[in-house]
Amino acid sequence: MRVNFTVNGRPQEADDVWEGESLLYVLRERLGLPGSKNACEQGECGSCTVRLDGVPVCSCLVAAGQVEGRDVVTVEGLAEYAKQRAEGGCASGACGTTLQDAQLGVPPGEAWGRQAKGTDSQTGEGGELSTVQQAFIDAGAVQCGFCTPGLLVASDELLERNPNPSDADIREALSGNLCRCTGYEKIMDAVRLAAARQSEEV
Amino acid sequence: MPANGAPTKITQGSQTKGGIGESTLRPDGTLKVTGEFAYSSDMWHEDMLWGQILRSTVAHAEIVSIDTSEALATAGVYAVLTYDDLPTEVKNYGLEIQDTPVLAHGKVRHHGEPVALVAADHPETARRAAAKIKVEYRELPVVTDEKSALAPDAVLVHENRDDHHCGHVPHPNIVHRQPIIRGDVEEARRRADVIVEGEYTFGMQDQAFLGPESGLAVPEEDGGVHLYVATQWLHSDLRQIAPVLGLPEEKVRMTLAGVGGAFGGREDLSMQIHACLLALRTGKPVKIVYNRFESFFGHVHRHPAKLYYEHGATKDGKLTHLKCRIVLDGGAYASASPAVVGNASSLSVGPYMVDDVDIEAIALYTNNPPCGAMRGFGAVQACFAYEAQMDKLAKKLGMDPVEFRQLNAMEQGTVMPTGQPVDSPAPVAELLRRVKAMPLPPERQWESSEGADVRQLPGGLSNTTHGEGVVRGVGYAVGIKNVGFSEGFDDYSTAKVRMEVVGGEPVATVHTAMAEVGQGGVTVHAQIARTELGVTQVTIHPADTQVGSAGSTSASRQTYVTGGAVKNACELVREKVLEIGRRKFGTYHPAWATAELLLEGGKVVTDAGEVLGDLVDVLEDEVVEVEEEWRHRPTEAFDLRTGQGNGHVQYSFATHRAVVEVDTELGLVKVIELACAQDVGKALNPLSVIGQIQGGTTQGLGVAVMEEIIVDPKTAKVRNPSFTDYLIPTILDTPTIPVDVLELADEHAPYGLRGIGEAPTLSSTPAVLAAIRNATGLELNRTPVRPEHLTGTA
Repeated sequence: MRVNFTVNGRPQEADDVWEGESLLYVLRERLGLPGSKNACEQGECGSCTVRLDGVPVCSCLVAAGQVEGRDVVTVEGLAEYAKQRAEGGCASGACGTTLQDAQLGVPPGEAWGRQAKGTDSQTGEGGELSTVQQAFIDAGAVQCGFCTPGLLVASDELLERNPNPSDADIREALSGNLCRCTGYEKIMDAVRLAAARQSEEV
Repeated sequence: MPANGAPTKITQGSQTKGGIGESTLRPDGTLKVTGEFAYSSDMWHEDMLWGQILRSTVAHAEIVSIDTSEALATAGVYAVLTYDDLPTEVKNYGLEIQDTPVLAHGKVRHHGEPVALVAADHPETARRAAAKIKVEYRELPVVTDEKSALAPDAVLVHENRDDHHCGHVPHPNIVHRQPIIRGDVEEARRRADVIVEGEYTFGMQDQAFLGPESGLAVPEEDGGVHLYVATQWLHSDLRQIAPVLGLPEEKVRMTLAGVGGAFGGREDLSMQIHACLLALRTGKPVKIVYNRFESFFGHVHRHPAKLYYEHGATKDGKLTHLKCRIVLDGGAYASASPAVVGNASSLSVGPYMVDDVDIEAIALYTNNPPCGAMRGFGAVQACFAYEAQMDKLAKKLGMDPVEFRQLNAMEQGTVMPTGQPVDSPAPVAELLRRVKAMPLPPERQWESSEGADVRQLPGGLSNTTHGEGVVRGVGYAVGIKNVGFSEGFDDYSTAKVRMEVVGGEPVATVHTAMAEVGQGGVTVHAQIARTELGVTQVTIHPADTQVGSAGSTSASRQTYVTGGAVKNACELVREKVLEIGRRKFGTYHPAWATAELLLEGGKVVTDAGEVLGDLVDVLEDEVVEVEEEWRHRPTEAFDLRTGQGNGHVQYSFATHRAVVEVDTELGLVKVIELACAQDVGKALNPLSVIGQIQGGTTQGLGVAVMEEIIVDPKTAKVRNPSFTDYLIPTILDTPTIPVDVLELADEHAPYGLRGIGEAPTLSSTPAVLAAIRNATGLELNRTPVRPEHLTGTA
């Protein structure tokens, strides 16, 4: 089947989609957006969390056909999404966002060429990151990073609806996202840091 | 305080920004937060196929027949391979013992063993085709525990063993046995005023890294293959892969793809050979990605163990002796079992002074899932037992459990049961003092004016209690872990460092084969290069097999060993750069010849601080490059009869204090806080050090209260291979983890550092158990603790 939907503000058309394919599979394998991760593919780990019409969902549990005509934001579009929101634009990301062309496929050579570059930076490579993305880097909340995309989408959504969360609020909001490396302490730090920075910005 | 901090040997007193000791940020951080970092499961290639593995549905059986015809006839299927399709005489692989079949040959020895491979143009096509392969099994009796493994008429898991351990083990179903005999236990036993015995059970833990086993094999024009894969040790993989493919190692190129965690679970091969076989057969790139279900079958687990301990102590609280026997279940294939046995036996005494010991550790071959490396292996199981013993002894003697431990704590100079003296700081008593001195979290934090916040209570949002039946407990534990590969292993690493001027600035490039699995080795390598070469810009080359081996990212060893190799290569590069400077400028300034020279801030300076010149002017268009192996001091094998030998490189110590609240009515546990004090020698990157300690602590918490792979004792089949049924701690299960870092330099190690990744995983588990015992008064001799163990309904 063919599925038409919007991803990170861009209309997308996926062809030859099997009925059993998940949104996660279509994003990763058909649209060249592998940022959403495939850690369990059964809705337990949250690594594949995306916003579907603004609501955080496990994209592995959404059948591709269910997203017809709907609006998806992935980690790849998070910075632009947050920027639009800060500028008072359409927070759903559907209002004429201009993003870079979606990367179609990740040939290993190219991917590793990119990874090889600029590894020296002490503060990340520059480029525009959302507050929550930068906070994850600064607080040391990223180790292997496999849980990071899902946690970023979930944390950003938490801070959108609750700019000043208590620790218990943060733990509750992120309880659907497993991390095996950090013991969550630095993730707590990152969300607190992002909340503090956001409140300074306002 | 028992130990003094020796000065660290920083050969280059560099003040260059971003050097060692600073919390510089990860170089891969931005790619990881934007979703651009290419993990092994993100690999993609034009025209690639998807590989799928068919695994055995039974644990122990003869394979009567395999019919692949229907699978082969499926549209979209390019290849179906079985044992008969393997291209060479080499059909097995293994870390130490080559006992693991690439594909089952006539027999399967555990549930989930690979039997056949499929390549197809869609992963679902591959899965469905694999399901069409008909395998007829004739089931055999299963070996599942010590009794069934060592019975006189026991079924042998491996017939006709010819490995180097088979000659000294008392039974063919024992992989390896390591006794340690020292002193006179019977005499010492007579001096004991109290004797405490215990029988402990440690459950099977899974590494549960989040990035599934995956990779992409691309056939190359020269008949070779290029494999992009997530692993812990590229060269160890290569050594095992190439012979099975019938290719020389030069024709198997390996590049490290992004690794989504490892924790020991990627030390053995998973899909590497299978993807290469399919790629070479079809002539197309082949990608394999396990799903979580398959991942539980696709890697080894932590050895479950039975531990039998007897300690004695005098009235004044001094340990007299230790007798112990540790039985580790290695499962169907050897994997890292021999090394796990070595660790379990040599560290079974814990960080305590005991002169008279009679120790035995064995690993069994059974039909349970294969077990091997997981963070802290061997030492983790032992720590659970000896720390329970310490609490029992303290209680029996009427002593404070922390003071009792401090009274018996080893220190620098203590001789281990192996006869090896501990020759660097061993601040065990000091770490206990520090962790105990940390402020306790307030009682009943969940209470507020609006009633109980159930999120902070045992049972959480299940709303099972508002504080009724909730009791608090506090427990302590301390552990000892060896760092690096032990027992005479040639444990080296290789680093290639280049220095040149790029865009008017001196730039260093560091190239190693070290597997960055999330630990932050790449961050530290750049810091070392800055410190040693005085540059700001450092590029970390992707890890591959175009440079010599870095050894494994395990055993807490990479910052020590590959860090040491990078430091060493940088020192050699620095010497060459200074040579160039002396050649060019030596005649202009005598200090080039007479002073001790450093590289700092892009300049050559004397140790008195005089600037002699810019690196840019020294180098001009010259490129300085060095590739060199580096080794830590050698170790020795343990004597097979007495266990004597200087087997370990370095020891690492951590202590924990756990505070728990237990709903005694429902048996639910909430860990409130897990405080840790650890000696790290020298924190090269304090932020990463804390991250490692907190992460390791949490994995220890997991195996204390929730994590266990359940294997049916009748069928040896795995019953909970999913994140629905195998639980790992969420952010709601994990408490605050305050960390106190001590830095007492080990003068034998680069910068005085100590490997840190594993020690916190040891003591976390027994501390939580001790706290639960303290809260409930129950004995609790197994981990993980489940509700039924607390409510008496087990």
